[in-house]
Amino acid sequence: MAKERPPKGLKGWAQGRSLWILQFCTGCGAVELPPVMTSRYDMERFGITPMATPRQADLLLITGYLTVKTLKRVIRSYEQMGEPKYVIGFGSCTVNGGMYWDSYNTIKRLDLYLPVDLYIAGCMPRPEAIIEAFNRLIEGIKQGKFNGWIRYKENLRWYKRNQAMIMDIRKWSIDKKLAEEVWREVQEERRKIFEQATVPHVYEYAERISEVG
Amino acid sequence: MTGQILWAIFMPILVIIIGLIYMGLARKITARIHNRYGPPFYQNIIDVIKLFSKKDVANHGVMFSLGPVIAVAGMVISLLFIPIGNRPLLSFNGDIIVLLYLLVIAPLGMALGVGEGANPNGAIGIARALTLMLGYEVVLVIAAVAVMIHAGSASFMEIIRQQQGGVAHWFIWPLFLSALATDIALQAILGEKPFDQPIAPHEIASGPMVEYGGKFLGMLQIYHAIAIIVETGIFVNLFLGGGSLVWWFVKSFAVFFVALLINAVMPRFRIGQAFKFYWTYPAAIGLVGLIIVAIT
Repeated sequence: MAKERPPKGLKGWAQGRSLWILQFCTGCGAVELPPVMTSRYDMERFGITPMATPRQADLLLITGYLTVKTLKRVIRSYEQMGEPKYVIGFGSCTVNGGMYWDSYNTIKRLDLYLPVDLYIAGCMPRPEAIIEAFNRLIEGIKQGKFNGWIRYKENLRWYKRNQAMIMDIRKWSIDKKLAEEVWREVQEERRKIFEQATVPHVYEYAERISEVG
Repeated sequence: MTGQILWAIFMPILVIIIGLIYMGLARKITARIHNRYGPPFYQNIIDVIKLFSKKDVANHGVMFSLGPVIAVAGMVISLLFIPIGNRPLLSFNGDIIVLLYLLVIAPLGMALGVGEGANPNGAIGIARALTLMLGYEVVLVIAAVAVMIHAGSASFMEIIRQQQGGVAHWFIWPLFLSALATDIALQAILGEKPFDQPIAPHEIASGPMVEYGGKFLGMLQIYHAIAIIVETGIFVNLFLGGGSLVWWFVKSFAVFFVALLINAVMPRFRIGQAFKFYWTYPAAIGLVGLIIVAIT
């Protein structure tokens, strides 16, 4: 089977000029989107329109930090979208955790779980930065540069494994057989780690620190 | 005969392209009213190209994929009954009545398709669409009957022929109340606010279209493009006297433009309010118009 490639030519042009977004309004990025839509920055002049459901959308906007519970819904939405599909991560929360860097229930790196095409730096990014990102995405799509959904399909096992580390993926994944397999693998590894561990590692580490300093 | 067959093939393609441009212009005009710049007027053509170039999307069964096809087919058949630019294809005495029946095929096709999708939002959307249809069809039929009595004929070509000879001969003047009632009904037929309950994106996630994506959504865009021309075309032929090809589309866009301006500044009724509204005010206006026509 020939390797799948992103659309180019007329298809790529049409795809770039008509991006329909699914805004997953988590965190503070959702507040930055109304100015981008309304009269001052008006993203509709690039053909970008908000859509109501994942089935109709091409572009998934992750507008801020994601808790583990929200991530599950995000992945479900992403898997329902039709190909070609693109993801933009907003702000530092999706890059490295941002101000939630030590939180116990948010994820720190989005691209471990979903193939992100473009990040917008900032906390939060201003509407100018968002428009700039949309423009780069449009230019890139026209030249066939972005291939997030192909990476997701080719490395599905790796992504599913990362997802299985933090949540139960068995019931809703598209490839149910793979999800079941990966889930069992991860559980087996965890069981082994728990069996081998006798003294809490953190405790040992803390003692050593105190000896040194 | 050959000319007519060629026109029957060429005309739906022309109508699809012009309908998509209407939709693009609608977005542009709405954007200007909102003080935005807006997309280019050919934006909806790009959208359709994109939707048809998308890969396979979720399919819920045979009827699910046949629904949009039935909708488009029903609309194309309705289109053949409408004389565009004095070029009748299927014209006989009584074609208005046949058309009023055929207009129902498309929403029913959608209803069958959406039913298999099993999405509650889609089911609510279809229920609203059929309820609203019950509301506006009554008004539309009352107004159409008034026109038919006034012209003494139930054929589009005969009605257009009687309106020839300048603006003063248009039926909108003697039948002003019927025209007003039809125009109010047109707001719901076109699915513009305040009567866009079936596809309310903020309440029920775009209603019937909720499960459709990719090529299916492309079909529905084409369906909507044809529907705009058919529905404004009914008004143009009944009250504005048809006209040559370019002139016909200018009149049709004028009718669409009025609906658009109302759409841009109005909020949305609840479905119960919309239904009640249609069976009181426009129906009353239409009935008064019908009585005046019947007496004179």
